[in-house]
Amino acid sequence: MTAAGNPAITGVGRPNVGGRRFSLNWVGAVPFLAYVAIFLFLPTAIIVGGAFANDSGFTLQNFANLSRPDVVNAIYGSVILSAVTAIGGAILGALLTYAIATGNPRGTFRRVVTSACGVLAQFGGVTLAFAFIAAIGPASALYLYLSTHGLDFYPGGDVFLYDLRGLTLVYMYFQIPLMVLIFLPAVDGIKVQWREATESLGGATWHYWRYIAGPLLAPAFLGSMLLLFANALSAYATAAALINQGGPILPLQISNAISSEVGLHEPGFAKAQAVVLIVIVAFVSVLYAVLQRRTARWLQ
Amino acid sequence: MNWHRINRLGLVVGVITLLISACGGTSTTADNWGTATSAAGGGGMDALVTAAKAEGKLNIIATPRDWANYGAIIDAFTAKYGIAITSDNPTGSSQDEVNAVQQLGKSSRAPDVLDIGMSVALANTNLLAPYQVVKWSDIPANQKESTGLWFQDYGGYMSIGYDSAKVPAVTSLQDLLGPAFKSKVALNGDPTKANAALNGVMMASIANGGSADDISKGVDFFHQLKLAKNFVPIQATTSTVKNGTTPVVFDWDYLSAGHGKDVPTWKVFVPSSAILLDFYAQAISKTAPHPAAARLWEEFLYSDAGQNFWLQGLARPVRMAAMQTAGTIDAAAAAKLPPANGTPIRLTPEQATAAKAYLAAHWAAAIS
Repeated sequence: MTAAGNPAITGVGRPNVGGRRFSLNWVGAVPFLAYVAIFLFLPTAIIVGGAFANDSGFTLQNFANLSRPDVVNAIYGSVILSAVTAIGGAILGALLTYAIATGNPRGTFRRVVTSACGVLAQFGGVTLAFAFIAAIGPASALYLYLSTHGLDFYPGGDVFLYDLRGLTLVYMYFQIPLMVLIFLPAVDGIKVQWREATESLGGATWHYWRYIAGPLLAPAFLGSMLLLFANALSAYATAAALINQGGPILPLQISNAISSEVGLHEPGFAKAQAVVLIVIVAFVSVLYAVLQRRTARWLQ
Repeated sequence: MNWHRINRLGLVVGVITLLISACGGTSTTADNWGTATSAAGGGGMDALVTAAKAEGKLNIIATPRDWANYGAIIDAFTAKYGIAITSDNPTGSSQDEVNAVQQLGKSSRAPDVLDIGMSVALANTNLLAPYQVVKWSDIPANQKESTGLWFQDYGGYMSIGYDSAKVPAVTSLQDLLGPAFKSKVALNGDPTKANAALNGVMMASIANGGSADDISKGVDFFHQLKLAKNFVPIQATTSTVKNGTTPVVFDWDYLSAGHGKDVPTWKVFVPSSAILLDFYAQAISKTAPHPAAARLWEEFLYSDAGQNFWLQGLARPVRMAAMQTAGTIDAAAAAKLPPANGTPIRLTPEQATAAKAYLAAHWAAAIS
């Protein structure tokens, strides 16, 4: 992923160093490497190691358990939920970002929207879930009023708020602002002169987007979308407050396996499910790297 | 130079000696109460109170203030002994309590005492310290571990609580399948995770032709409830009851009755065909950072005052029968318990194990 666009690694051949000289160049990277080792590699190693263990030692049973129908559903549910909210959030967020970026850079609109996004992107958990339950839940004043006036948005008692459709809606609430925050710097980098240049050379709006702005923004757009995907995949508290039963997404299944008080406490199985999350993110990251290499090829 | 060095050496030796003696001093008393299996064995009640006051702190976990009157108990204990109580992770499960003991070990933040469900207590006796409270003989023999690793504290009947202003009166479980209960019926947690919810499903099973050995009828019932679009998959809490999101809740009668404070029209129904009784248990952590305060807390809980606090929270304290005989029960509080006519059923550990195995395999499919 990082090597893809980095000419220092891909472009230059191995330097021919004469003799063995002890270099201290790596010392500056020690704090970073230590940080990554402690907070990324160590937990990953603990999770992967623990996934192959139970009380009596080595086992593959934790991975065999992944074929339980509800767990398969949860994996499917997690991927769908994350993909839909990442793609939807990225598109809607990008449109909003463009609206901000083309407006007055010191205008009130821009300042209000960016500071609101800064707050809303962090709005999650029980408070967000309860805000939705109180605002549009089946006991909310809004629903009770509308349903007695001919607009029943839960027809036949089908409360979509309490299943994956509801989670999608609620997740969008923090995905779109997050997209604005991380995508705005890229859009700000687009210069208005490029558009003028396109027009003076006889290009239409389509040409500008297809050949200039699109290719420039594509890597940032895809990277932001990947971040949104991972953000939705790992979100737990919001989902736990909205859907308490059956574990339709993986973080809820993991929680059940960790903290069951009725004797279904399976820490090894929880870790095996966490490995699935890691594999999903790794797969999407590789996909991103491939796409990014394609979209950034013209830069080289 | 030399003199300085010698002087410094002497200082270091002196400090080390002081440290060793200090450690020795505290560890003798701590070890003493950390292994004491009764107040008398540790030097008597007065010595226990003195040692607990010297520790000055007590860590409890997963005991919400609105659960079985714990708020009043915490305040009364602190007022009586001047010991500050840290109540951690109030909405945690019994397994979360045990996880905290394992992960925090002897650190000063680790829980001292636990209030846990029976299946978790039985599975984790290696983490618990044996202790017998002064009123030990009042606890029925089948409600305690013989050495005092765990001893049951309070219990209640599984019930259906409902807001009579929002739904018609509930007289049987079948009522809940009707159209008046659309998107209104909730459990207190996921039954593969929370003991209260497991007992809710078990109660539904017994009322629908199942038995304590067979929870499948309860799973079928909730499947019907789901198909009728009456089941709400969110966890019922004080706030969801208060704002009307969960107007019908399967929960312990002592927890459900507490909603009456927020919702005056709240009623509690215990079906006479399925009276399901369950008790929680107290236990002291083997690695408790405040061993004397932990033991004093247990003595307080099992005193007449402590037991009556639970009763005022509408939970049935384990010494209730003995206190009724002795006349020390709070009769006014006892009269407020939700009525239940019939023979209570209590799950054996084997029945609970069979139920959870069935739920693990069938619950998610039944309600999704």
